[in-house]
Amino acid sequence: MNQSDEPVVRARNLRKDYGSEEGLVRAVDGIDLDVIRGETVAVMGPSGCGKSTLLHLLGGLDRPTAGEVWLAGQRIDEMSERALAHLRRSAIGFVFQAFQLMDELTVLENVELPALLAGRSPRAACRRATELLEQVGLTQRMTHLPTALSGGQRQRVAIARALANEPVIVFADEPTGNLDSVATTELLGLFDALHTSGLTLVIVTHDERVAATADRLISMRDGAFVGDTRLTGGSTGNLARLAGLDG
Amino acid sequence: MGRLLLIWRLAARDLRCRPAQAALLLVVIAAAMTSLTLGLVLHGVTAKPYAQTQAQTAGPDVAASSVGYGGDSETFAALAHAPGVTAHSGPYPVAWPVLRAHGVSADVMAEGRDQAPAVVDQPKVLQGSWVRPGGVVVERAFADALGIHVGDTVTLDGKPFPVVGIAVTAAVPVYSQVCFYGGCSGPAGRPKQFDTGLIWLTQPTVRGLAGSANPLTYYLNLRLSDPAAAPAFVSQHQPPPTNGPAALTSWQSLSAAAGTLVSQEQNVLSPASWLLSLLALATVAVVAGGRMAEQERRVGLLKAAGATPSLAAIVLLAEHLIIAICAAGVGLAAGWLVAPLLTSPGASLVGAASAPTLTLATVLLVVVVALIVATASTLVPAVRAARISTVRLLTGSVRSPRRQAWLIKLSSRLPVPLLLGLRLVARRPRRTLLSGASFTVTAATIVAVLIYHATVHHDALRTGPYSGAADPGQARVDQVLLVVTVIMVVLAAANALFTTWATVLDARRFSAIARSLGTTPRQTASSLSVTQLLPALTGALLGIPAGTALYGAVQDSGSQAGLPLLWLVFLVLGMLAAVVALTAAPASISTRQPIAQILQSEAA
Repeated sequence: MNQSDEPVVRARNLRKDYGSEEGLVRAVDGIDLDVIRGETVAVMGPSGCGKSTLLHLLGGLDRPTAGEVWLAGQRIDEMSERALAHLRRSAIGFVFQAFQLMDELTVLENVELPALLAGRSPRAACRRATELLEQVGLTQRMTHLPTALSGGQRQRVAIARALANEPVIVFADEPTGNLDSVATTELLGLFDALHTSGLTLVIVTHDERVAATADRLISMRDGAFVGDTRLTGGSTGNLARLAGLDG
Repeated sequence: MGRLLLIWRLAARDLRCRPAQAALLLVVIAAAMTSLTLGLVLHGVTAKPYAQTQAQTAGPDVAASSVGYGGDSETFAALAHAPGVTAHSGPYPVAWPVLRAHGVSADVMAEGRDQAPAVVDQPKVLQGSWVRPGGVVVERAFADALGIHVGDTVTLDGKPFPVVGIAVTAAVPVYSQVCFYGGCSGPAGRPKQFDTGLIWLTQPTVRGLAGSANPLTYYLNLRLSDPAAAPAFVSQHQPPPTNGPAALTSWQSLSAAAGTLVSQEQNVLSPASWLLSLLALATVAVVAGGRMAEQERRVGLLKAAGATPSLAAIVLLAEHLIIAICAAGVGLAAGWLVAPLLTSPGASLVGAASAPTLTLATVLLVVVVALIVATASTLVPAVRAARISTVRLLTGSVRSPRRQAWLIKLSSRLPVPLLLGLRLVARRPRRTLLSGASFTVTAATIVAVLIYHATVHHDALRTGPYSGAADPGQARVDQVLLVVTVIMVVLAAANALFTTWATVLDARRFSAIARSLGTTPRQTASSLSVTQLLPALTGALLGIPAGTALYGAVQDSGSQAGLPLLWLVFLVLGMLAAVVALTAAPASISTRQPIAQILQSEAA
């Protein structure tokens, strides 16, 4: 396992409320969390427990009601939208359950978009996108539109896009939620490769197979952590057995 | 009947749920229909004031000027005894001095009259008294234009005269049409001025104003046994044509000249109303297109509940048709109420114009145009929505964005706001085209108005230092142009605002994804402004030749001044600045909502 002691993500007493007074819903309730570099953390819990909300707060896609969030050494809960945007561009990758690809752009155009937004030249962005699509096994589909792809293929495109600017951390929100078992298995292999390469991952999932690939499993219920288990050895060398592929 | 009632209930319910949008559509269509109504009802409203003036001044059936007879004074004088003439007055001597009052100079037709009343053409004195030795009586519209009142002192070729009276007549064309009929004269080599006024003095005084370089001419007023035969009399006795206006003028021509003020307004309002209708069409299409996204799900629900595709389409159309009919009614009423402000015959005549009449043809035309405007922008989306499968309507997968590969490739080389802005434009080409058309119509109107003002200014400079009096016809045209231009600009601004809102709503998911990938709020807001800046720039540039052609088509003939390059540059920059200002608010509001909330709500 390739880790350092420097937390990439740190949260202290994190809270997120929706509504007010009688209609108040506390989606995240006093969370403390440290994720160190190179670690893969899986967050599991029943529907509505606040795990997606937690991910959005950690990734700067939403503002907490209270508490602190530190990412890549910077406090982001009080950061301006402009500064957050710069951080998302350089340090964060996000993979959504619904893929969130742009339907009118080809696979290649979707993957090169973050690099273009970061100011890279079209040639450099295209080169990077091509490399990533090769890594995720979609070279043959570069000129296809997302609507022509299967769910698993779309999610691989989304992962490639999330890696376009070589982020420090990738947040994945139910990445296999819309996939069948075959596609899920393919994606597990991809996550394993990312983990091996030293990327820091935080994955929200209710799929135990995905959770089993992590170094650490956090259980969540009613907005709070109810368990934090370090999985021995993580998934290295055990993926095939865990995924049932080793015959 | 049951089906009609159902359609009415569904349409009315939806209109009640979205009153702001319905009101907006109604105002837009009503503005265009008001202009159309005005253009249609102005025709022929000044006949009554001329008839009243003719009755009160014993106006002639034929007015004759000696200018068209060259030096043949015998033939001119013999007109007074021609067959069919039952009475006459004159020939009266006419001099052509330069009048100066309150620092303004103008050419005048100075007619020498007796102090005793004449049988034919006795001008009606409205203030002061009739001519007396040493005093001058000024025609009322000309007096208003120069700000002359009884008691003032004016000079004629440098000689001072007190103003003793203000009067009107039906024997000479209304100010400022004097030189279009009857023949104007003056010093040799001086061009005839359009703002020549009319004054009266005693005959000896007028003879004293003439000179060898500016000789007298004569004016003769005739009454016929058959006034309706005046045009025939004119044709029979008209001398061979010269380079100037005709010598003989019938009362029918004088009556038509009296309508010049209103016909000039009509010349502006008629094309303006069609332009406003075009602009209203574009605006309605944008607003209706934005509503269609919500309406498609509603159509899906209707079809899921058992409605046929045609019924679903009819319900969609019915709402817009109801709005169109209401807007036509508002436009007709507003046009009918505003018309009297434009039908005033001017100070040259007594009496008021008759109330404008809303004929059945006018009502039908306005209603039909309003229905066309509403239908043209909603028919295609309504029919398309009715044909699409129910499932697609309910899941909202109908209006997928378009792909323009060349635009996407081009945009990748541009800064982020332009990169995203171009890609947003590429998603909805029809909306961009409508927006561009709206800006083109607006720019063309502004260019045409600028050319009009430049031409008037150029002509005024060209005609020399004597011009200075206010032209009432031009003043009223200026007012109408101003009102039309303001309405046009307001509609175009509304169009820009609606289009931006529609783009913001349509691009919520697009913008949220872009923000999740690292686009700053300013870049996102700027990209939304770009979606309007591009059609605004295109429209402004296309509007320049379009406006030039529009002016040429409306004017039909006559001079046309070129516009200074600086004016055109200001026009283009002004439109772009206005678009930036209008789109800033909706664009920045769109970036305030957290990304996660937008993506979750769009996925729901």
